[in-house]
Amino acid sequence: MTLNMGPQHPSTHGVLRVALELDGENVVACKPVIGYLHTGMEKQAEYKTYTQSIPQTDRMDYLAPLSNNLALCLAAEKLLGVTVPERVQAIRVLLTELTRISAHCVWLGTHAIDIGALTVFWYCFREREKVLSIYDMVCGARMTASYFRVGGLAMDIPEGFLERCEKFVREMPKHIDEYESLLTKNPIWLARTKGVAPLSAADAIAWGVTGPSLRGSRVRWDLRQAEPYSGYETYDFEVPMGTNGDAYDRFQVRVAEMRQSTRIAEQAIARVRKLGEKGEYRLRDFKYVLPPKEEVKTSMEALIHHFKIVAHGFFPPVGEAYQAIEAPKGELGFYFVSDGSARPWRMKIRSPSFVNLQALPVMVQGKLVADVIAAIGSIDIVLGEIDR
Amino acid sequence: MTKPDPRAFRTLAGSAPAPAAKPDLVMPTGPMSDADRFREELEKGILFTTVSSLVNWARANAIWPLGFGLACCAIEMMAIAGPRFDVSRFGAEVFRGSPRQADLMIVAGRVSIKMAPVLRQLYDQMPDPKWVIAMGACSSCGGVFNNYAILQGVDKIVPVDVYVPGCPPRPEGLIHGIMKLQEKILSSKIELGPIPRKKKRVTRPQAGPGAA
Amino acid sequence: MPLTPERIEEKLRERFPDVAFERQRGEAVRDFTLYLPADALVDVCTYLRDERECSFTMLSWMGGADYLPRVPRFECVYSLLSIPHAARFTLKVRVPEENPRVPTVTGVWPTANWHEREAYDFYGITFTGHPDLTRILLPEDWVGWPLRKDSPLGYEEVAFTHNTPGRMKPSPALKKLAPKKVRYRAQ
Repeated sequence: MTLNMGPQHPSTHGVLRVALELDGENVVACKPVIGYLHTGMEKQAEYKTYTQSIPQTDRMDYLAPLSNNLALCLAAEKLLGVTVPERVQAIRVLLTELTRISAHCVWLGTHAIDIGALTVFWYCFREREKVLSIYDMVCGARMTASYFRVGGLAMDIPEGFLERCEKFVREMPKHIDEYESLLTKNPIWLARTKGVAPLSAADAIAWGVTGPSLRGSRVRWDLRQAEPYSGYETYDFEVPMGTNGDAYDRFQVRVAEMRQSTRIAEQAIARVRKLGEKGEYRLRDFKYVLPPKEEVKTSMEALIHHFKIVAHGFFPPVGEAYQAIEAPKGELGFYFVSDGSARPWRMKIRSPSFVNLQALPVMVQGKLVADVIAAIGSIDIVLGEIDR
Repeated sequence: MTKPDPRAFRTLAGSAPAPAAKPDLVMPTGPMSDADRFREELEKGILFTTVSSLVNWARANAIWPLGFGLACCAIEMMAIAGPRFDVSRFGAEVFRGSPRQADLMIVAGRVSIKMAPVLRQLYDQMPDPKWVIAMGACSSCGGVFNNYAILQGVDKIVPVDVYVPGCPPRPEGLIHGIMKLQEKILSSKIELGPIPRKKKRVTRPQAGPGAA
Repeated sequence: MPLTPERIEEKLRERFPDVAFERQRGEAVRDFTLYLPADALVDVCTYLRDERECSFTMLSWMGGADYLPRVPRFECVYSLLSIPHAARFTLKVRVPEENPRVPTVTGVWPTANWHEREAYDFYGITFTGHPDLTRILLPEDWVGWPLRKDSPLGYEEVAFTHNTPGRMKPSPALKKLAPKKVRYRAQ
């Protein structure tokens, strides 16, 4: 029997269509059909400057918008050949880890709802609201933040931001304990996720899977430790790994990652406090980065640089660069080809969910149709990122 | 000496007393009559209204949205179902999975050209009465994305009742949109079946001169 | 000893002496990139995956690019990742416009399936031997290759009052609601 899990479905996490061939309740063939949210971001980026593409990236993996911003900014900075100051790196790390926590909260809430555990959704969204208030405080928007810029941040962190983050980070481990108390030893959860949708390590690597799904299959590969960026080599954290590669292991890996993220966030807050609660928030390279507003009003050169960058955009050298980060979903990378003008010649987005979803047929071959739902939830896909 | 109260003069002078205030309630003077007792019972438990207000009130306060989250706005739509912005106060927390059971389609997110026919099919599958809220900039007018892949406004394929701007609109904004839709429903005219035509009066045959 | 890109190039030239490798030059080409001809692609990739010292077991991503005035017009970029050695390597294949065909690498890394479908969808590059080369992100009946440089963006003119002739104007009754213009008179 052919069953169409259509683009409109409560459990497909967006507009994903899965064409299933069933034999009774067993899945014979599974073909994900994507493209229902194709936005033409790569084409549109060729018509916009680098800074103008930053808001587009928010709408890609819309559960972790600041991660996407970070990936674009790091790729552009790699192309330019500049490194941002240490304080900026610490703030970026802090916000990216809070983003990771909020993305995993949404994942857990929606994954649990798909499987039937409705209560977890409300708990997770309660925490997510706190992170969204933090975003609101720092840049004005709840979800689509666009706070990072090439060469730094859009504006400095406000007063009270670090206290707010500290309060959140102090209370978060208790909330993670709550989620675990609801799910980890729950017999229904165990029955629905243990042994379900297994993915072996060799399969995961062959299918290009990255992120918690790869680490759930017992492959130690985390870009934060393997190819560190933005100062991650100076933070002290562990990379949790699973054992069997089934949905339960991926769940365990992500919950443990939330704990590690609070740990990194604590260290980042301490570092920002040490480097100064108010300070430089942009690189002082006015060829590529906007000068501070105070100087724009007093120095002629700064005014000219400001005008050039705002009116035309900055002009990177002719070349190309690829930079990947460890987003909550996996390896998120941006590949820029520059022809010397203010607009990129080509922007290619390597999105983790696009690649991870390819492994879905491998995971559910021969399994029950209810396992397909658990599998889709455990891979943690976001259609905005898949379809770009 | 304080100025004397002009009203007091009249009473002190012993002239006609101040007119007594008209009482609001008439105290019953004796056991209640049957008609009064009946009316009191009625007023305790019966509400008088028109059918259209009642139906509109029921429709407005129990709008069941279709779970049609496409992109980022969907997360804000999920947030209104969340604990902080509780939409179940409006009777709308049951996001139905099937369009046949839903009466509100909140188009939350950008509509790509591949998704547009699916959206139209879902709209057609929804039974009347149905409403559409275009949530966010992308479904209202194409939003940030003005290119080959995105439909520039969902009102090109379905009729929209309420547009909620924002990218994404705050959950309070979407709730404001739902409340505006409630106002629209409460003030709408409803039809209760086929429109009655004025029937032509059938003239009965007159009795002839020969009848009794 | 860590696996450097130069070491990989050396091994490749040694193993495939008659393949014309070319290093991509440019001061801002931040990743080591090798050009190679399309017919050598599958063999080189299989070697890079299986050779113990390289073990590029993961294809991180594959993308196309269009350099329109240049001949050959298209390029396919393959970014390889070696987890045991924590190394990356980039290969590029130049694809001409008249006959945009590249052999598929789905036999080497199954993950290339969707990446190649996407390159086909966006640029029209055909991957010979691909199990299911159909459009992936755009509707199946879409005509054209959107990411080519000569395809338009599809920008729709936004309707303002100055460029929309048949627009609905507000009714005269609304004019009564407009506030009266107040002129400032200095006293």
